[in-house]
Amino acid sequence: MPEPNYSWPPREKRRVIGKRVSRIDGPAKASGRGKYGSDIHQPGLLFAALLTCPHAHARVRSVDTKEAQALKGVTAVEVISGPGTEIQWAGTEVAAVAAVTEEIARDAVRRIKVDYEILPHAVKEDDLKAAGARSKPAGEVLVGDPDDAFKKADVISEGEYGIPVLQHCCLESHGQVVMWKGDSVEYWPSTQNVSGIGGDLARSLEVPAANVHVHQDHMGGGFGSKFSADRWGVVAAKLSRASGGRPVKLFLDRRTELEIAGGRPSGFARIKLGARKDGAILAWESHSWGTSGVGGGGVAATQLPYVFTNIPNRRVNHTGVITHTGPARAWRAPNHPQASFLTCCAIEDLAARLNLDPLEVFDKNFQYTARPEVYRAQLRKAAELIEWKKLWHPRGQSGPGPVKRGLGIGVATWGGLGHASDCRTTIHPDGSVEVELGSQDLGTGTRTVIAMVAAETLGLQVNQIQVKIGDNRYPPSGGSGGSTTVGGVSASTRKSTMNALQKLFEAVAPGLGVPPDQLEAVDGKIQVKGNPAKSLTWKAACQKLGVKPIVEMGQNNPKNPMGLISQGVGGIQIADVSVDTETGVVKLNRLVAVQDCGLIINPKTAESQVYGACIMAICGALFEERIMCQQTGRFLNADMEFYKLAGIDDIGEIIVHLDITPEHDARGVIGLGEPPVIPGIAAIANAVANAIGVRVPRVPLTPDRVLAALEGRRA
Amino acid sequence: MKKSKHPEAKAQPVTGVSRRGFIRGVGLSGGAVGLLHPEAEAAPAPAVLGPGPVPITLQINGKPHKLEVEPRVTLLDALRDRLELTGAKRVCDRGTCGACTVILGGKAVYACSVLAIDAQGKPIQTVEGINAGGRLHPVAAAFVNHDAQQCGYCTPGFVMAAKAFLDRNPNPTLEQVRKGLGGNLCRCGTYMGIRQAVLEAAKQLRGGARNA
Repeated sequence: MPEPNYSWPPREKRRVIGKRVSRIDGPAKASGRGKYGSDIHQPGLLFAALLTCPHAHARVRSVDTKEAQALKGVTAVEVISGPGTEIQWAGTEVAAVAAVTEEIARDAVRRIKVDYEILPHAVKEDDLKAAGARSKPAGEVLVGDPDDAFKKADVISEGEYGIPVLQHCCLESHGQVVMWKGDSVEYWPSTQNVSGIGGDLARSLEVPAANVHVHQDHMGGGFGSKFSADRWGVVAAKLSRASGGRPVKLFLDRRTELEIAGGRPSGFARIKLGARKDGAILAWESHSWGTSGVGGGGVAATQLPYVFTNIPNRRVNHTGVITHTGPARAWRAPNHPQASFLTCCAIEDLAARLNLDPLEVFDKNFQYTARPEVYRAQLRKAAELIEWKKLWHPRGQSGPGPVKRGLGIGVATWGGLGHASDCRTTIHPDGSVEVELGSQDLGTGTRTVIAMVAAETLGLQVNQIQVKIGDNRYPPSGGSGGSTTVGGVSASTRKSTMNALQKLFEAVAPGLGVPPDQLEAVDGKIQVKGNPAKSLTWKAACQKLGVKPIVEMGQNNPKNPMGLISQGVGGIQIADVSVDTETGVVKLNRLVAVQDCGLIINPKTAESQVYGACIMAICGALFEERIMCQQTGRFLNADMEFYKLAGIDDIGEIIVHLDITPEHDARGVIGLGEPPVIPGIAAIANAVANAIGVRVPRVPLTPDRVLAALEGRRA
Repeated sequence: MKKSKHPEAKAQPVTGVSRRGFIRGVGLSGGAVGLLHPEAEAAPAPAVLGPGPVPITLQINGKPHKLEVEPRVTLLDALRDRLELTGAKRVCDRGTCGACTVILGGKAVYACSVLAIDAQGKPIQTVEGINAGGRLHPVAAAFVNHDAQQCGYCTPGFVMAAKAFLDRNPNPTLEQVRKGLGGNLCRCGTYMGIRQAVLEAAKQLRGGARNA
């Protein structure tokens, strides 16, 4: 048999793909029935609590756990950072206790005595001059002759911008229930990496990876921070073993989750642009800095300028700043939101300097991007949706009255493709269908997309497909990062279900009197192409299998995706804000998101991805910030009262335009989790500058920063 | 006679003071547990309980549940850890995010900020209760229809907050929804769907009351 043609059905023939399907696990979640790792109960469940270090930099001299061990109800105590350990950030795990109740575990933690040698710390990075020896220059990227280009430029525009460290703040904290008994480890984590996390835990426990069984029906948010087993996974397993194999639940409390389980690098930069009078950029010079903790880190020199990567003359420097702060983790589109913010602010400031409409300046400089025509079309669409022509005014010319309105632009780019993914499809003789993948649904709608692809291929309804994910005994699928999940699982599911269908065609073809390649699966029937009268119902066809189900695999090979999936998307967002110049309060009126996206399997959940990403960007632009205290070395606002997220009334109106066209559709499936989170911060910051007539150099755009900018001083 | 589909929601007299309104009235410092129950302040001083476990009875979803907890155990931890009612989630654990919202005596409360011993004697509704028997409550159904959830961890709390809000405001405007659900937070960013879901649920519930 020739290999089936796996390509997606043409748009007009799709019966399921492209329809607005409600997520299939929605009822389980909305009714509270769905179980997350943090909801797992097992007989004999123990509760664990962590002792964390209150110092940003210290050496452990001694840990005395005697009193904790003596407390009634305590089953095990484990030391994580023993004598001699150098602690590099506050919140580091020092010891853990398992007990019959969480209250007793916390009491026991308070009885542990730790003697620290306190060492000098540094936790701030916003002022590069103060970083001194903590600076780690990353080397210079030099292209063309920027010095000469600046001399020839009609105008030079300079600015300084900054975006602080943000925290993932996953609503389900990091942690797990784990049961280590004998050789086997039963493991219920909250993870983005069902197929991989078991092996990660196994390495630390020195048990065979085959003995770690991962279970996860649902998980409460990851955003890039939940790939590995982490120290809390390892210690929970050790506590379980030390407690005779009883299951142990250890989830980080909110303060610890914010301090050590997330965070994306900050991004600060001084940027100088040289341009012609018409707005065309001739030269770029930037020096950026930021921190991801003790590693230095931040936006790489190769990531600036962002999107406008082909500006002909550029000098780019970056310095990582070492801080004694919780280490950064991948955060939804790593470094892109920071790079977009830095770049788009510099371009908006150039436009204002030249007294030009930024729409024209962005448009003109799209020549320096990889996909000028895509961006131009998107900018036109976004401008139309926000009513740019009607509402835009030159910077600061917002009319009388204390409340000023303004518009601003942000741009994005992202990759896509698909991670490695294997899928197993079983067609049972009674007609039921199982589709199994060791994947996970982060809330992105992965389960539903798998069901839709299978239903489309097999000519069935979505509710006829049993999707089984969240178990590492299913065929392996990659971790959900880089917006690669939908590409990976849709390709493997398509291939696996087509392979299974092929076997079913072979089984029923003789009875229908045609070769298997003359059959098709449509509307719950197997029928002869061009002769629907000659058909079997799905159930009748499956009965021909006798007692043996069909079991077929399908694989997404990331190196050879065969046209089902693609990569490379652009996106433009435009914000409309009102700023009260008396109080400094910024109110988002509207955010328009135009996003190109390839083939959309489920527009309903795809739009949700874009809405959600926009809201995350609004949080970053207006509210979120990790505030470190140099005196104490602590994260001052490590709770959800003062680490602020937007509420339902803070987000204005969001208008999503998925750029669905036949040309984009023909590219295949491209992940959408990350790209739309990128441009919003830039768009909102630029809209505020447009509204009030001055640049607020650092986000979040809190009232104190807005008022300080209006008064001409630094916040 | 008109009958609500959810008669238990009307079991308690509706006072003029909502939890959120009260908190707003006393400012940020009003998040303390004692202030959530102004009526409790008028009661005579209760006997000292604890510190060891004490027997309590909670009226949850129409059924009494007897358990022993230390007085410091919150209603949320009693529900989740002792009764395996895990619909209410622990997220901020400090009365900010609303993921643990249940309806206590007809009012939405943060279960992380109510002691289990203080929750006795009043009906407690949880997300499991309003969706019992595999049938989705109209609010939960509307959340599904409008994709008002992603990871879903905030969803049960939002569903309960929305139900309590609609019990008091059966015919809200969009503006009222935007203010009325300000006590809950979502990280995935599902607010656009939630706004629509609450408006649709209001419509469904009004229709349901007429047709019952």
